[in-house]
Amino acid sequence: MYKTNYHRASSVEEATSLMAGADDGKLLAGGQTLIPTMKQRLAAPSDVVDLRHIADLKGISVAGNQVTIGAGTTHADVANSAEVRSVCPALADLASHIGDPHVRNMGTIGGSIANNDPAADYPAAMVALNATVHTNSRQIGAADFFTGLFETALNDGEIITAVTFDAPEKAAYQKFPNPASRYAMAGVFVAKGGGGVSVGVTGAGSDGVYRASDMEAALNTNFSSDALDGTSVDPADMLSDLHGSAEYRANLVKVMARRAVAAAS
Amino acid sequence: MGAEGIGARVARKEDKRFITGKGRYTDDMVVPGMKHAMFVRSPHAHAKINGIDKSAALAMPGVIDVLDGKQLTEDQIGSLICGWMIHSKDGSPMNMGNWRPLAEDAVRYVGDAVAIVVADTKAQAREAAEAVSVDYEELPAVTDSMAALADGAPQIHPNAPGNQIYDWEIGDSGEVDAALASAAHVTELNVVNNRLIPNAMEPRAALGHYNAAEDHYTCWTTSQNPHVARLVMSAFYNVAPENKLRVIAPDVGGGFGSKIYIYPEEIVCLWASKRTNVPVKWVADRTESFLSDAHGRDHVSNIKLAFDSDNRITAMKVDTVANLGAYMSLFSSSVPTYLYATLLSGQYNIANIHANIRTAYTNTAPVDAYRGAGRPEASFLVERAMETAARELGVNPAELRRKNFITEFPHQTPVIMTYDGGDYGASLDAAMKAADYDGFAARKAQSAASGKLRGIGMACYIEACGIAPSQAVGSLGAGVGLWESAEVRVNAVGTIEVLTGSHSHGQGHETTFAQLVAERLGVGIDTVNIVHGDTDKVQMGMGTYGSRSGAVGMSAISVALDRVQAKAKKIAAHLLEADEADIVIEGGELKVAGTDKTLPWFQMALAAYTAHNLPEGMEPGLKESAFFDPSNFSFPAGCHICEVEVDPDTGVTEITQFVAADDFGTIINPMIVDGQVHGGVTQGIGQALLEGCVYDPGSGQLLTASYMDYTMPRADDLPSFTVETTKTESPSNPLGLKGCGEAGAIGSPPAVINAITDAIGNNDLAMPATPQTVWSAMKA
Repeated sequence: MYKTNYHRASSVEEATSLMAGADDGKLLAGGQTLIPTMKQRLAAPSDVVDLRHIADLKGISVAGNQVTIGAGTTHADVANSAEVRSVCPALADLASHIGDPHVRNMGTIGGSIANNDPAADYPAAMVALNATVHTNSRQIGAADFFTGLFETALNDGEIITAVTFDAPEKAAYQKFPNPASRYAMAGVFVAKGGGGVSVGVTGAGSDGVYRASDMEAALNTNFSSDALDGTSVDPADMLSDLHGSAEYRANLVKVMARRAVAAAS
Repeated sequence: MGAEGIGARVARKEDKRFITGKGRYTDDMVVPGMKHAMFVRSPHAHAKINGIDKSAALAMPGVIDVLDGKQLTEDQIGSLICGWMIHSKDGSPMNMGNWRPLAEDAVRYVGDAVAIVVADTKAQAREAAEAVSVDYEELPAVTDSMAALADGAPQIHPNAPGNQIYDWEIGDSGEVDAALASAAHVTELNVVNNRLIPNAMEPRAALGHYNAAEDHYTCWTTSQNPHVARLVMSAFYNVAPENKLRVIAPDVGGGFGSKIYIYPEEIVCLWASKRTNVPVKWVADRTESFLSDAHGRDHVSNIKLAFDSDNRITAMKVDTVANLGAYMSLFSSSVPTYLYATLLSGQYNIANIHANIRTAYTNTAPVDAYRGAGRPEASFLVERAMETAARELGVNPAELRRKNFITEFPHQTPVIMTYDGGDYGASLDAAMKAADYDGFAARKAQSAASGKLRGIGMACYIEACGIAPSQAVGSLGAGVGLWESAEVRVNAVGTIEVLTGSHSHGQGHETTFAQLVAERLGVGIDTVNIVHGDTDKVQMGMGTYGSRSGAVGMSAISVALDRVQAKAKKIAAHLLEADEADIVIEGGELKVAGTDKTLPWFQMALAAYTAHNLPEGMEPGLKESAFFDPSNFSFPAGCHICEVEVDPDTGVTEITQFVAADDFGTIINPMIVDGQVHGGVTQGIGQALLEGCVYDPGSGQLLTASYMDYTMPRADDLPSFTVETTKTESPSNPLGLKGCGEAGAIGSPPAVINAITDAIGNNDLAMPATPQTVWSAMKA
């Protein structure tokens, strides 16, 4: 790790001003990507502003069927939340399968979506749940939030404070893990709500997380696995690497979608 | 058997310190004034070095010195050697390229060491290493062995034209070709044995300490064989004469072969300690381990198996190309030749075998022995071919094997080895019974009903352990003898120290060796200490690899114990006024058989040291030593059966059961043997399903340089193993031991791949059989 200046922020405002005063500052949410990257000397921020001690960023609340999850809430807290389990068990299930216990007890939902790793799990849920991302300056719909591999609509220094969404009637997430890293090689979050069916896909798309609109159309007509038989995933839109070719990922997206629909039904 | 003797399931003595974090590894060693080192490594697979500018690094905080290959050459430090001479079939010696501990003129793989930075802290050394400016002129690189041997490939070493190290053969090609021509059936198969990265839990490390006042060096290092390290560093690398060099291999966290070899880092740390006049410690980080530990396997082979009309094998022809990487590591040349081709007869009676082996330099990390070393490659080739032949011939794979088993011993194969004993039918029967082989069809139907593809596969492997005898390996080109040494010291109070030339890095020697003493002297294992891993404490020894510590190391202890027992009996007979022939040793006492006259063990020991009343002419003390050189290898063998269920939608393979039925001869501690089988099978399943080292063929960059991309087996990848043992004692050592350290990794890969290919109905399946690979094979 290169030398860096560590700051512990006690409020979002303080974090914002610390970032403004830094040459090349980085926000630290749960640190599960940033710290390993720094240890490998692939990132060298001049300053690290730690958000982990800001009480306002933590916590889960459910009002009616609206779910609010503070950006600083850990995966373990989402996984173990009775409230999340009762209104959206699919999201708790997703959180319970991120990384390993260490990662789940440190990593946060805000950090995950701000990083927008193309193989992260939460982005698939956010787009499928039509979630709203709240920041210290505005609200951004999930559809507009994720803009590409490791890219989001966030401005420099902008801090995610929470995500909100309406709990779906039915939902499920199925992922196929990369054998080595156990990140998603194809992860599909299917949600059926008042606005119809949404299908969010992570780990597979060459531009990162996306909504599978033809699958959504098929499922809006008939919410069953068999409805997906007529759909296809174009390998040209898929990532390809050592562990999974574009063709294989295209297959996995469909298989995971079928399984997610079956699990949600 | 006593409660702690041979055959007892005794808990491991060493585990308390390992489990409680009290092990003492090289990185735990601290010497006053010690500084930290970082190596500058090549980012290129192949490049000429036009110059090295150290000025910026030297000016950085905490930096003591930056040393490079020119300085190493000035100090006449030698080049690294390969210790086993192989001659090509035209009689020419192998083409060994020059391997400098720090590259001077050219780098030949990503990770090749170029310079060492010594600084007050590791962080400072790391910062400064990045500031060393090396002027590289990039050259084209080649990472694949077949590509390296092809016309027009980049030339890696000037003295190895076309990158060929040797072109070697064994067996009679004329007889084999004739048998192939007249065969009723020929099975032919192309097989790749995937390249692996060893991944010992403890990364390699070295601490070099030069004491100027005494002109003496001490090297703490992660070695499986500290005496060999000292010998090689003295005799070939000119680090220091043996009497001025102490090598200590303290607790070592796993080796799997990768810590046999002498690497550049320990040589350079010792030399740098003298140059800088401070003790120099280097500990590899995990990425360095991926890049610079010797890798394993990496064979490309073709096999032809000829059968007569009665399905008996008449001949085998093998053509193999092995990738040895950028430099020839210490035993690399022997792995694809004498540790591989000599085992191609498997468990089968085959009159004619011919194998041709070519080895190639490539721009990759050096390749050497890794758990099994040549025998996994042979077993995979033979057992894949046998399974394929059974499918082609339309016969039961178990019966095809049984029909061709060797049943009379000793058996001379056409490829040097004389198998000393075994009962291959017994292990096949035991495995089939444990696996409920007959119930497979019903289980397959059940899987099919739930949309899964079930398959079963077996492998009947053989291997050669206890590497020796010295005279034989010497005649085949080995640069060293392969005996083992032991000294048994009985202290004045009767407690015992055993000094062994074997080295434990996970095997549990502190327990099993003590169990042998307990068996023989009737004492508790708590009164026995096993001393190993320090050239100043222990007499010359050859170390631990090739599952030799039981068959060779314990045999040396056994011979020394014979001598201790003989002298102890003489003393007891004298004191008890009995005939020496009537003395028996049991339960911590020396007894006169058939009487109630006894002498406690400790009183006999005390008498040996007080020397007040010893037999006429006897020297005081009780300490005996032995050097044991076995008459033959030992030949563990067994049958592994794997059953899998494949998900046709994703290609995911689940191992639903794995049975290992092994003949290891005498077993000292069944619990430790179970652990060795579990570990070996896990590594074999890792090779078959998960692990694959991948270099980018264009740039020569290692693509699998971390656990994000290199898949180590995890607990949830594995089934619960069923371990069975059958027993025929090895006649080649006094204890009847065979060796169990590598068998798991030898038998399991072909069993797994035979099972998956059975499930999916496509015999063309590469390792590692990842979900993607299996899915693609199903679609092909």
